[in-house]
Amino acid sequence: MNDSTLILTLVAAIGLGTGLVFATVGEIITERAGNLNLGVQGMMLVGAVAGFWATFNTESLLLGVIVAMIAGAAFSVIHAFASVSLRVSQIVSGLALTIFGTGLSSFLGEAGEDPLVGNPSKATFEPILEGGLADIPVIGPLIFGHDLMVYVSWLTVAAASYYLFHTRMGLSLRAVGEDPASAESAGVNVARVRYAHIMAGGALAGAGGAYFSLALVPTWQNEPIGASGWIAIALVILASWRPWRALFAAYLFGAATRIGFTMQTLGEPWSNIPSSLLAMLPFVLAIIAMLVLASGKRARFLGAPAALGLPYFREQR
Amino acid sequence: MNLRNWRFLAILALALSLIAAACGGDDDETATTEASGGETETTAAPSGGDEEPLKVAFVHVGPVSDKGWSWAHDQGAKYLEANANVEVTTLESIPEGSDSQRVFEDLAADGNKLIFGTSFGYMEPMLAAAENYPDVVFEHATGFMSSENMGNYFGAAEEGRYLSGMAAGAATESNLIGYVAAFPIPEVLRGINAFTLGVREVKPEAQVQVVWTSTWFDPPVEKTAAESLLDAGADVIAMHQDSAAPGQAAEAAGAKWVGYNTDMTEFAETAWLTAPIWDWGPFYLKTTQEVAAGTWESAAYYGNIADGMVDLAPYGESVSDETIALIEERKQQIIDGTFSVLPDPIVDQDGNERELGDIFSMNYFVEGVIGSPTG
Repeated sequence: MNDSTLILTLVAAIGLGTGLVFATVGEIITERAGNLNLGVQGMMLVGAVAGFWATFNTESLLLGVIVAMIAGAAFSVIHAFASVSLRVSQIVSGLALTIFGTGLSSFLGEAGEDPLVGNPSKATFEPILEGGLADIPVIGPLIFGHDLMVYVSWLTVAAASYYLFHTRMGLSLRAVGEDPASAESAGVNVARVRYAHIMAGGALAGAGGAYFSLALVPTWQNEPIGASGWIAIALVILASWRPWRALFAAYLFGAATRIGFTMQTLGEPWSNIPSSLLAMLPFVLAIIAMLVLASGKRARFLGAPAALGLPYFREQR
Repeated sequence: MNLRNWRFLAILALALSLIAAACGGDDDETATTEASGGETETTAAPSGGDEEPLKVAFVHVGPVSDKGWSWAHDQGAKYLEANANVEVTTLESIPEGSDSQRVFEDLAADGNKLIFGTSFGYMEPMLAAAENYPDVVFEHATGFMSSENMGNYFGAAEEGRYLSGMAAGAATESNLIGYVAAFPIPEVLRGINAFTLGVREVKPEAQVQVVWTSTWFDPPVEKTAAESLLDAGADVIAMHQDSAAPGQAAEAAGAKWVGYNTDMTEFAETAWLTAPIWDWGPFYLKTTQEVAAGTWESAAYYGNIADGMVDLAPYGESVSDETIALIEERKQQIIDGTFSVLPDPIVDQDGNERELGDIFSMNYFVEGVIGSPTG
């Protein structure tokens, strides 16, 4: 039962999706504060290389993830400074962050006499349980068979959801994203809130990047995350800016990736579908979801923050 | 604070972060011009007498530290440096496409007499550059275009594929071997077919299941492809990909792994069987000597196991002495020219005998392969 195609696909989806869960939840928090950060890919890569470096030198996975989060947050300050303080276009600033982060991560991986590139990780996240609970039909592999970071990602989703919708801070944050002028008149420091939540998004993107370099493909090679940063931005819309939906959106994307390969092994008629079409499947899915869910007025209804993407000028009302 | 001050601070912050990035390594000597799209590293070889060293340049698509394709070529350049009176210039991470023509012309203008381009997409830019610099010799890897002063070179990886297939055939117990492949082009199909024939020499009833990834390098995707094969019952994974991710998937599942390009043992020690690998050094030395002596002529060079351009990586611990002896025997026959890895006629996927045809436009699978040769 546990080696049926369905269960195996779902397990693979969770593995492929976990890095995306972190990055997507991070971007949801940033966007809820009214800031669109297109630098997710860059922040993930900087987090991935920083985390790999830390684990490579200390053999500690905990330190790896912490360093990745610090690096992601620190790196996101560039975007915060440009888009909040200088009020540069968020689009341009975020794109610059991605381009810079991509180059920086490759550069750091190759720097030094004994570069990181081409090395396997000194420690990797492994499934916590072998046998026992993990062998229970269906729920064993789906609930108990994962590595620690998968459970951390679930906790992160729960915490982010609680924070956004059930705390005073979350309320201020959403107010800033909906109507920064009103929020400010109610005593909320718009710039400070946006800075803090851009950095929170950066830290989570860093953790997402580290999941790739320390758990999914525990090696340092240039750009080990594929296009995950861009996918995360699309998943925010698919998840309609809600953390719990982000979890399932990320797993849906992971499942689509895996199904493309599974179909090729199932024999006819499935194997007659051209593999290049199957390779597009996850991306087509993301685009369709965005077009359907986010077109026109529906985006507002879905939960897109009203002030998303707009720089805030205190003097202008 | 007014806007001008903010701008100044922004520039300062950017500059500081760049400096911090440049100091990120332990050794600043190797850190050079990253922003221009590549690093330059010039080394003078031990001079062989009073003669002026020949200036030779290499242009790579990836970083030479990738432990894959570009790394293998750079090893060849190092071999050349150690064995000839040359001054080698290496340019890394140069994107393919029309912009690379400028790079080749800069190198030619800089006095390089022999320029190697090691990626397929340099083909047409290099041809254009060669026309503008008729006194410089150009050599292009993996392509098919040439001119008076531009030759091309590649190697018969299929010979290494066949031998590595024998190791895979000996290792499989489920008689299903998974093959993670990038794109359905002749080079890749040739490799899969030779590999399968090698597998079935040792295990006639074994089959090779192919999945296509549509990418040369994307570790999470490659890993997922390998996992789908493992879940379908494969207990050995082979690949025509540039990352080690399929090997890590095999290791995690307790399966075996045949790599590609270089010795990748360290990524999956238990899973490792062997891999077809490249040794470009002797070809680079031979070509350089011909250019120095003025005897070079434009040609399409196709290296193989006999001349050492293609070889097998060291065997993993699980490969038995018996299997190694079998593989080495076949290898010797290939070197002697008494064995051809792709026979003519050949039996295709549907069990029909057919002519081998031109192997450089191969578009079919042999018997024993499961999957579609069109992707």
